[in-house]
Amino acid sequence: MVTFFQQVVNGLQLGLVYALIALGYTMVYGIIKLINFAHGDVFMVGAFMGYIGFTFVKLPWPVALVMALITCAVIGVINERLVYRPLRYAAKISALISAIGASFFIEYFTSLNFVFGPNYISYTPPIKEITWIIGGVRITDIQVVILVTVAAFLALLQLLIFRTKLGSAMRTVSFDHDAARLMGVDVDRTISFTFFVGSGLAGIGGVLFGFAYPEIWTFLGVMTGLKAFIAAVLGGIGIIPGAVLGALIMGQVEIMTAAYISSQARDAVAFAILIIVLLIRPSGILGRNEPEKI
Amino acid sequence: MKRMKWVALLLVVMFVFSVALSGCAPKTASNVIKIGLIVPLTGNVATFGQSIQNAFNLEIKQAGGTVAGYTIQTVVADDQNTANQATAVAIKLCTQDKVSAIVGSATSLTTIPISVVCEQYHVPFVTPTATNVKVTMDPTRKIYAFRACFIDPFQGLAGATFDYNYLHAKTAAAMFDETNAYSSGLKDAYVQAFTKLGGKVVAQMAYTTTDTDFSADLTQIAKLNPDILYLPDYYQKVSLIGGQARNLGVKSIFMGGDGWDSSDLNFAVMNGSYFTNHYSADDPSPTIQAWVSAYKAAYGSVPDALATLGADATLIVLQGVRDAQSTDPTKIKDAIQNLNGFQGITAKFTFGPDGNPVNKPAVVLQINGPAKKYNFITEVAPS
Repeated sequence: MVTFFQQVVNGLQLGLVYALIALGYTMVYGIIKLINFAHGDVFMVGAFMGYIGFTFVKLPWPVALVMALITCAVIGVINERLVYRPLRYAAKISALISAIGASFFIEYFTSLNFVFGPNYISYTPPIKEITWIIGGVRITDIQVVILVTVAAFLALLQLLIFRTKLGSAMRTVSFDHDAARLMGVDVDRTISFTFFVGSGLAGIGGVLFGFAYPEIWTFLGVMTGLKAFIAAVLGGIGIIPGAVLGALIMGQVEIMTAAYISSQARDAVAFAILIIVLLIRPSGILGRNEPEKI
Repeated sequence: MKRMKWVALLLVVMFVFSVALSGCAPKTASNVIKIGLIVPLTGNVATFGQSIQNAFNLEIKQAGGTVAGYTIQTVVADDQNTANQATAVAIKLCTQDKVSAIVGSATSLTTIPISVVCEQYHVPFVTPTATNVKVTMDPTRKIYAFRACFIDPFQGLAGATFDYNYLHAKTAAAMFDETNAYSSGLKDAYVQAFTKLGGKVVAQMAYTTTDTDFSADLTQIAKLNPDILYLPDYYQKVSLIGGQARNLGVKSIFMGGDGWDSSDLNFAVMNGSYFTNHYSADDPSPTIQAWVSAYKAAYGSVPDALATLGADATLIVLQGVRDAQSTDPTKIKDAIQNLNGFQGITAKFTFGPDGNPVNKPAVVLQINGPAKKYNFITEVAPS
């Protein structure tokens, strides 16, 4: 029984990291109906920025976290400006292809020697490892850090979306671009800001991921990004609580599959979930099947 | 329309010209021999490649840059420890650069594809450290494939024998990379040997090369509490698993294979763990000590098994050229196959019909975390 709760804790750790990335996917989809495939790579850049911050610049880790947040936020905005804005009202497939292109570009560009290099980098996380045993279940301080950070940023995000003018602008633009313009909302700025927030969260996700699994390389974002994307779809793409719910479920399912079925099946199950969701309930758990009203 | 015609004509002329030019391969001067080096200089086992490259360069320098009257021209290629890249560079070395022999690569993952290419283009290669059986035999012998090290069936047996007899382990669990032939091959050898000795393997858990979260498997292993946790993978992955394992309360002794040998291994986490390897820097044999001093003088660090076997592989190739007195790859291949008791650094080399050196022993080393070195524990000789 204890092992089961230990697995739940393991799944929670994984799910929380996925949550930060899934939020970025869902926010961007909500506002411009585009799946930002480069998002997983922004997460990877965040992991590297955190590593560079506390290893080379010798910053205390909360400062490195903020540095990663800002760098990734800026990269997200640049990405939007250069790659997505010109194609915003073009065919959906063009934007999708350019997103995939941006993803490959970030992966391969950063693997060049003068950027991050193509090697895997292992390091010791800057947080000293303390383990507490509560009722037989082992909880590390890194897991607590991840939980607290994710909860804090989620709360901030809720505050942003529902209590600020920018947040309301974001909600309005995700409803209808033209109507938002008529109401005096600067649509371009709002979209850029959404990318800023979403990518910043991915950056934090990257640093926290690096704490929990300190082996990073430039293709880190591929698998983790895909799983976070599935989480966003599972919870309801475009819906913020859905992203968190989906991510927590994905984390649990992945760990439970590895624990009780087979470690080899974990990726297969993750993708099977995507297929099942799209077949049975494409709007996701929290999504509502809204018909397009002309 | 007229302009289009001129543009088209220009393009055709350029095309024909470039095809004609590419047909002219640069002619090698008649007293130059090209020796290729394929190693993972970048990627997830970069230290392996760098060690072998250091040893390769050092041995060629010590030979004066010439062998059998030919000037040595080296062709270096980075295979990034991926099968695709290894195949591509092997084809390039064999067809474009037309090397007479190749030293490489470091891991079975890349060397198995290289062996297929070399067999096709009739270029002999000696791998320093690729231990999977399939490098030379798949299922019949690839006559151009040689190695300077032992093979995994023996390495697994050596590890299992050490654990069962020396550490008195009764139970073991293994975690291995199922997408890596080296890892799964070595795991199979260990499990088979350990079970045959009378031990019990309580769990065998697979993961893939890109996995980073092992908490589910490790929690199960902590519950089963085997005496040994066998981790036959490369140093990066093993450091990651080891750290997570200790956090999740795994008390088993970690045991590993030659993939652990790297200065980038997390010595602190893996302190006290054991692994099977090809040689020990503390071996008092004069040949080994001479090598260790020479390497230290040239590169400022103690050579790992990759470097030492890299040197042996280079020496084998050079001796093959000397015996063949030719740059013809097939003659060099025959010369290498016929080596009898050739004094290398780690052993006297005689190649069996399977392309493997006969009677190579394994050593078991223990990780000394604080001193960041390995302590020699014992040698396991082939029976």
